[in-house]
Amino acid sequence: MSEEMKNNQTAASVDRMEEMEEKRLFMTPGQIVMRQFLRNKLAVVGLVLLVAMALFCFVGPLFSEYGEAEIFYRNPETNEEIRMTDHEAIASAVLNAKDKPSAAHWLGTNEQGQDVLTRLMYGGRISLMVGFVVVAVELVIGITMGGIAGYYGGKVDMVIMRIVEMFVSIPFIPLMLIVSSMLVGLKISPQYKIYYTMFIMGLIFWAGVARMVRGQILALREMEYMQAAEATGIRTSRKIFRHLVPNVMPVIIVMATMDLGSVILMESTMSFLGIGVGIPYASWGNMVQSVNDNVILRQYLNIWVPPGLCILLVVLAFNFVGDGLRDAFDPKMKR
Amino acid sequence: MKQYIIRRVLISLIVLFGVSIMLYALVRSMPSDYVTLSTSTNPNVTEEMRNHLRELYGLDKGIFQGYLDWLVSALKGDLGDSMVMKRPVSQVIAQYAPVTFSVSAIALALQLIIAIPLGILAARKQYTKTDYIITTLVFLGLSLPSFFFAAVLKRAFGPYGLDWFPISGMLNARVNYPDGMTWAKLVDYFQHLVLPISVFVITGLGSMLRYTRTNMLEVLNADYIRTARAKGVPEHRVVYSHAFRNTLIPIVTLLGSSLPGLFSGAAITENLFGIEGLGNIGLRASQMADVPYLMGFNMLLATMTILGFLLSDILYAVVDPRVRLS
Repeated sequence: MSEEMKNNQTAASVDRMEEMEEKRLFMTPGQIVMRQFLRNKLAVVGLVLLVAMALFCFVGPLFSEYGEAEIFYRNPETNEEIRMTDHEAIASAVLNAKDKPSAAHWLGTNEQGQDVLTRLMYGGRISLMVGFVVVAVELVIGITMGGIAGYYGGKVDMVIMRIVEMFVSIPFIPLMLIVSSMLVGLKISPQYKIYYTMFIMGLIFWAGVARMVRGQILALREMEYMQAAEATGIRTSRKIFRHLVPNVMPVIIVMATMDLGSVILMESTMSFLGIGVGIPYASWGNMVQSVNDNVILRQYLNIWVPPGLCILLVVLAFNFVGDGLRDAFDPKMKR
Repeated sequence: MKQYIIRRVLISLIVLFGVSIMLYALVRSMPSDYVTLSTSTNPNVTEEMRNHLRELYGLDKGIFQGYLDWLVSALKGDLGDSMVMKRPVSQVIAQYAPVTFSVSAIALALQLIIAIPLGILAARKQYTKTDYIITTLVFLGLSLPSFFFAAVLKRAFGPYGLDWFPISGMLNARVNYPDGMTWAKLVDYFQHLVLPISVFVITGLGSMLRYTRTNMLEVLNADYIRTARAKGVPEHRVVYSHAFRNTLIPIVTLLGSSLPGLFSGAAITENLFGIEGLGNIGLRASQMADVPYLMGFNMLLATMTILGFLLSDILYAVVDPRVRLS
């Protein structure tokens, strides 16, 4: 009896091993990439950080009873806090600015009497959104232009690459300063200004993507499978976007991930200079801006350190993930 | 090769021409010009006086005419007078370029000295603890917003914190230094520049280090390295004389693209540490719509960028005999 069971067990475990063996043999390319990626500790740390940050920014505000631009006051005698909705009490109140961290305000309040933690969440929404929109715009333009330049070569390539060079050689910060003052001059409200800014950043950054895509496609175009595609007589657009671009995809995905980080860094720099997201809206960059006040730099670390750390962590996470993806996609990097 | 260079230079001129048109159109389409910006706080200035000033500054002309005038005089070597600095643009650039250039050059040299050995170390010890630590530190540097890092350094090492270094300017304003360079003056410069240069080095180190590591890894996996090891060549010789030489190729091309950075001088860091450099002045000029300075400075940067591309292509052919330029 026991002998039989043992036999059964060994038979079962042999079966299971065979099953596993088979599974390993028939892993799809996607599964291989996935496994390689999950083996990279830094990449997994990055992914977890990103998920945590996204939850903090998009779900966090649901748990906060304060508004993004809500200003807090306090009674000068009793030091009791007064909300903006309490119109009668406000008349004799003073601004509850630069409050120390407390149970009501975990990270204290800033110089305008707004809750730092709440602004941190809303600011993160803006930063993440800017990152995704700008990268989407730059990818659409960059892949199209780079694909066309790489495929056709010759004069088309020449013209497109010269345009790319023009875009690359215009210094970014002065350009954005000019664009921003133009947007202000056109009397565009701060709420919409950020959308225009995102679109314009995408329009500027496509050049880098186009260069990379073109380089890759130049090499792929000479491969035999492309001759086969040529022989079938399919449309050119199909050849470019069905047969060439998908093979550049791994490089594009890695580049897009890294770019997400650098765009967020750019946006925060612009907001820090006062040309990105405008008051009363929060962004991590314009929250760090308060360091220009020496008193805040010295005494109120709770106002400017958290947003700075948030930028650092998110950009770091995107870089870790991008680097992990690059290793995972690269068949030569097998460990 | 000669033909290639001549053709590239000619094409670059066309690109620069396009850049100058784009820049001029952008700068001039700013909603308020220098006259409005500089007189807006003065109630005594009438609209008539403003118009007169515009005429003097040449701002009364349309974009097209203005551009042609700028182009003609720029081709003759005259970049016009900076409105903010009240001096010829070429003079302003000549005066402040050495500051920006020396700060950036020191930073670049330090980056190379740190990045290359660490990159090689990380590649040799791939996937060990050393590699992970270096990679993490590199990405930390890459992801640091320079303005935040500058603020942290100012708070930690400036007068509010440890009080090791001054946080603003280039020289101690309370000391009278003679015109020439003295030992005390040099020390003072050094003390003022430690923090800004740290910002440049730490935030800029990453890409170069990653680049070295990736290329070193690629080379270390090559067949000829295996052959060298099989022959019994000592490991340090394998790494430093066989592998490292081939890693140099991509690094050399990276140097070409860092050319514009030597002159642009990271406006924000300069601004935060109160360094009077080209970038800092450029920031002010953009806020004041100083057309001649913006054109002169940005065209200088654009020229450097394009020259950098050309330089890295030529260097590539020089260090790698397999590459033929045609």
